[in-house]
Amino acid sequence: MKKLVLDQVHQDLGGKMVDFAGYNMPVQYEGLNAEHLHVRSKVGVFDVSHMGEFFVSGEGALDFLQKTTSNDVAKLSPGKIQYSCMPNDKGGIVDDLLVYCLGENDYLLVVNASNIDKDFAWLDQHRPNTVTLDNQSEAWSLFAVQGPRAVQALQSLTDINLAEMTYYTFERGAFAGAEEVIVSATGYTGAGGFEIYVKNEDAAAVWKAIFEAGAAEDIRPIGLGARDTLRLEKGFCLYGNDIDDTTSPLEAGLGWITKFNKDFINSENLKKQKEEGISRRLNGFMMLDRGIPRHGYRILNAEGEEIGVVTSGTQSPSLGKAIGLGYIAKGYNAEGTEIFIEVRNKQLKAVVTKPPFVK
Amino acid sequence: MNIPQDLKYTKDHEWVRVEGEVATIGITDFAQGELGDIVFVEVETEGETLDKEETFGSVEAVKTVSDLFMPISGEITEFNEEVESNPEIVNEDPYGKGWMVKVKISDTSELDDLLDAEAYQELVG
Repeated sequence: MKKLVLDQVHQDLGGKMVDFAGYNMPVQYEGLNAEHLHVRSKVGVFDVSHMGEFFVSGEGALDFLQKTTSNDVAKLSPGKIQYSCMPNDKGGIVDDLLVYCLGENDYLLVVNASNIDKDFAWLDQHRPNTVTLDNQSEAWSLFAVQGPRAVQALQSLTDINLAEMTYYTFERGAFAGAEEVIVSATGYTGAGGFEIYVKNEDAAAVWKAIFEAGAAEDIRPIGLGARDTLRLEKGFCLYGNDIDDTTSPLEAGLGWITKFNKDFINSENLKKQKEEGISRRLNGFMMLDRGIPRHGYRILNAEGEEIGVVTSGTQSPSLGKAIGLGYIAKGYNAEGTEIFIEVRNKQLKAVVTKPPFVK
Repeated sequence: MNIPQDLKYTKDHEWVRVEGEVATIGITDFAQGELGDIVFVEVETEGETLDKEETFGSVEAVKTVSDLFMPISGEITEFNEEVESNPEIVNEDPYGKGWMVKVKISDTSELDDLLDAEAYQELVG
């Protein structure tokens, strides 16, 4: 199993370590609910250094990404970021990712840790010779500093004006004494904040500096457990749960990042799917009866017929209610539709609810 | 990790306190730590007589769900109402306020199959 640069730091902080995507990762420190609520109300730091970083550059890099990703990369200018996905040629999704525009024909792709090898092989297979694809995942660490107090916690560490950064933009520069840092106004929590990309050799010093600078804001380490509940409250997809090699971006509600003004891998078929209409859709739902939906549970209609499957579910720490995402057949997708989740041989009532569950 | 000397344990991370014919059953400190924040405890078997290793209920935590198994055969005579209304007490006090059910023991010889504190300590390392 791979270790984070700060493996020992997390263990010393009381982090409970689990295997995630081949990395020994902190899943929680003081407790999932407390960590979750801390990010919503103050600020916390996730070590998500397992994420993959690919640098793509050279003549034709833009065209290459236009072909391999679904969003319109031409819309990006240096300093801008785009959420996107890589469709496969069978109707599904290779991965979802962030595309950073570093300059002309110069990009950074941030991909899921569990897909690093698969993504690299897929991209490499479609790569023209003029384009360089450089997997730097092992050289970079990534700290997500998330929460409404993130600006106050971090501002003393950099000359970059954090308060002025808009969502889905980034700056490169010095941060906490490290020279080559990418400060990105992104995150997976919907709580606001930044993702800080640092070279591994700077990781320990930057982590320490973040906690010193953020002490007055009560900054705390946050585990992967809370990362999952925070993203689910906002209805963000998790690859491997809600989207995978078999789910269409249109079914997954990712039509907004699937742009048919350009050609990309499988765009003809997806366009056809869009015109003909999809037979199932990823919906949010909220439990009405007491019970917690889990990945793989069946979704039924009032007659007890199977109409879908749960892809993510949890007890929402912010709401104190159980929430979930799942693929549901056409005809049952409207907000307010009553559905049933089969929870351990019981049919429990739920209602289709449009995410975000927490505004 | 807290493993009281005076209790008996199972491989499924339950503890048993025997007082005469009555056994009080809960989950161990290790179990609550592994489950994380507990959202609710469901026991719908009150009044039923169950065999050893049968499921008598379940514990739902934020991240996962786990069945509760009978450490011994017997009749479920009581479900701890406190746990139903304040499930977090299982995290806070698993051996005290967080007990789950009381069971009228069918066969006291089954108690010999349970682990003592030392054996349980070895199991969870």
